[in-house]
Amino acid sequence: MPKEIFELQDREVWDGNYAASQAMRQANVDVMAAYPITPSTPIVENYGSYVANGYIDGEFVMVESEHAAMSACVGASASGGRVATATSSQGFALMAEVLYQASGMRLPIVLNVVNRALASPLNVRGDHSDMYLGRDSGWIQLGAFNAQEAYDLALCAFKIGEDHSVRLPVMVHQDGFITSHTAQNVYPLSDEEAYKFVGDFKPVDDMLDFSRPVTYGAQTEEDWHFEHKAKQHKALMDSRPVIDKVFEEFEKISGRKYKRVESYMMEDAEVALVGLGTTVETARVAAKQLRDEEGIKAGVVAIRAFRPFPFDLVRDALENVKSVGVTDRSSPGGAMGAFFNEVSAALYTTPKRPLVTNYIYGLGGRDFSIEDAKNIFREQKANADAGYVTTDIQQFSGLRGPKLGFFQTKRS
Amino acid sequence: MAITSVKNLKEFSTANDRFEGAHTLCPGCAHSMIVRELMNCTDDNLVIGTNTGCLEVSTAVYPFTSWDTSWIHIGFENAASAIGGAEAMHKARKRKGTLSDNDAPVKFVAFGGDGATFDIGFQWMSGAFERGHDFTYICLDNENYANTGGQRSSATPIGATTSTAQAGKHSYGKKEKKKDIVSIMAAHGAPYVAQLAPNKWKSMAKGFQKALETEGPCFINTVSPCCTEWKFEPKDTISITDLATDSLMFPIYEIIDGHELNILYRPKNVLKVEDYLAAQGRYKHLFKPEYRHVIDEIQKGVDDYWEMLQRREEARV
Repeated sequence: MPKEIFELQDREVWDGNYAASQAMRQANVDVMAAYPITPSTPIVENYGSYVANGYIDGEFVMVESEHAAMSACVGASASGGRVATATSSQGFALMAEVLYQASGMRLPIVLNVVNRALASPLNVRGDHSDMYLGRDSGWIQLGAFNAQEAYDLALCAFKIGEDHSVRLPVMVHQDGFITSHTAQNVYPLSDEEAYKFVGDFKPVDDMLDFSRPVTYGAQTEEDWHFEHKAKQHKALMDSRPVIDKVFEEFEKISGRKYKRVESYMMEDAEVALVGLGTTVETARVAAKQLRDEEGIKAGVVAIRAFRPFPFDLVRDALENVKSVGVTDRSSPGGAMGAFFNEVSAALYTTPKRPLVTNYIYGLGGRDFSIEDAKNIFREQKANADAGYVTTDIQQFSGLRGPKLGFFQTKRS
Repeated sequence: MAITSVKNLKEFSTANDRFEGAHTLCPGCAHSMIVRELMNCTDDNLVIGTNTGCLEVSTAVYPFTSWDTSWIHIGFENAASAIGGAEAMHKARKRKGTLSDNDAPVKFVAFGGDGATFDIGFQWMSGAFERGHDFTYICLDNENYANTGGQRSSATPIGATTSTAQAGKHSYGKKEKKKDIVSIMAAHGAPYVAQLAPNKWKSMAKGFQKALETEGPCFINTVSPCCTEWKFEPKDTISITDLATDSLMFPIYEIIDGHELNILYRPKNVLKVEDYLAAQGRYKHLFKPEYRHVIDEIQKGVDDYWEMLQRREEARV
């Protein structure tokens, strides 16, 4: 048990980084192996400070790179205890090799990813390039849109990943600076409630249980590799009901409700914006104002669980609207936005197949304003009225210079 | 039964075998001798990390494993970090009392080939030594990337031909000298650093035991002759190792606390490096008249290094 009691108020003023680190403290993480990088550094610093001041009984391993950080997390997690760390951007990219190893070995590490752009050019501000880089890595990816959610989802992440039917690592994403460095009211659970919710770590295939030696990181070739990866994919898909169950349990103790896909004003919506991260809150304000000011029946669909991708829930949320703008905060690198492609694939399996447009926006921390969101809704309304996509299918929102866009609707 | 007091080969051969004979290393590969010796020199529980390389790909091919102890492999470069993480978790769980057997003695060991140790994993190992994890890092030094077909590493000696530092009409093979990894690790201030060889199995067992018993990060470079890439008959592994240690190409010594150097083996008759080189196909081209100067250069390097070791041993600094 920690030597010191951390005094908490019912209402605290925390930024996203502080909120995430408080969740690490309350979950009594055994080992944090980490390397600092802007904007996630305070999560790591705070954990170190909790150790130094006796607020947590854990090992703080400050390694020499993010690759080593995730490597040490893998070794620690295979040794049968609770493990968490944090990173951003280039650090996330450096970790990439080991992210795949962690999920392949089914180790329930929690990684707080404070989203930041990937260089070049070097940029410390928030976009979703790092989150997208992790999308095939076999991790569960949850998205927090504000500091409260960064805290709540970090607690849920342990309970989801460590569930014996899941046994997968979990990323909790928050937007760099907008969430990580903006102080807001946060309502924490008491230490007792939080730990009771997360529960004791129950090891599986523990390297420190010498009565049953285990081999981690074996080799498989064409004879077994496919079966292993298919089983891992199934475990990720099968985590969906566990995520739902953990969200329900969390609602019971906190009163705060989370769903893998969250709809706002979608009951009668004619047009919708689909988004990730802090963009969602901006879009919600825009939708409300447009309904009041211009009579556009706008709604917002937010993805809380980016992986496993909620294909069916996205479809259910959007199948009755006429036109959808899908927003990608990551440079698409010569393709349509990845998120656009995934949402479009889901909508293709509906009877009415709503129109879909792709908006690349907010790269490198470029502000996404309420007016930007309104313009997307207005263009969707024009599409809905015309019955086809009236603009380029891929557009750039908030970009300086001449309008940039690609591909047009093929009309017979 | 562990070799707690090193007596004879019979004792070694009947010792507890936690490394199964069933593996796919080449016949004549010294890796398995070294690994078995490590695992037989202690009764303590072992958590072993292994970098990608010959040892790893030959001992854990699903659904089989040669390891009757806790074992983990992540990537080519990061066994030291993985073991560091495991060691940190052991500390945390021991303090909290959450281990299945809180009093079970445990030792942490990382294995890497010279590619992983001298090159791609150097940063990870260096970081783990600076942090002071209580573990032993053992390099299985066969002086090339043998797992991928014999490419050069920074452990490859000058004059050897490899698939990426080829000898030819206009080249005598690798132009650069071998990195002095033992000195580099001693310079980390590690409490125990040594270079050992499987032909001198008693000193190897003693060195391993010292490293395991010493608190903090210990480093051991082991000579692991590679019949496949050094090009000699599999039956000759130990006699090649004898040539290596007796020509002083691989001197056997230890460095305690970064400064106290002890030579552990002094050949009665020091052989010429030429005898060692001539026994291996990878140096065959050096015996052409135009490349004789390289043999002289190698001999001079070996003489100078031996002189340095003796002086340091005497100076105790």
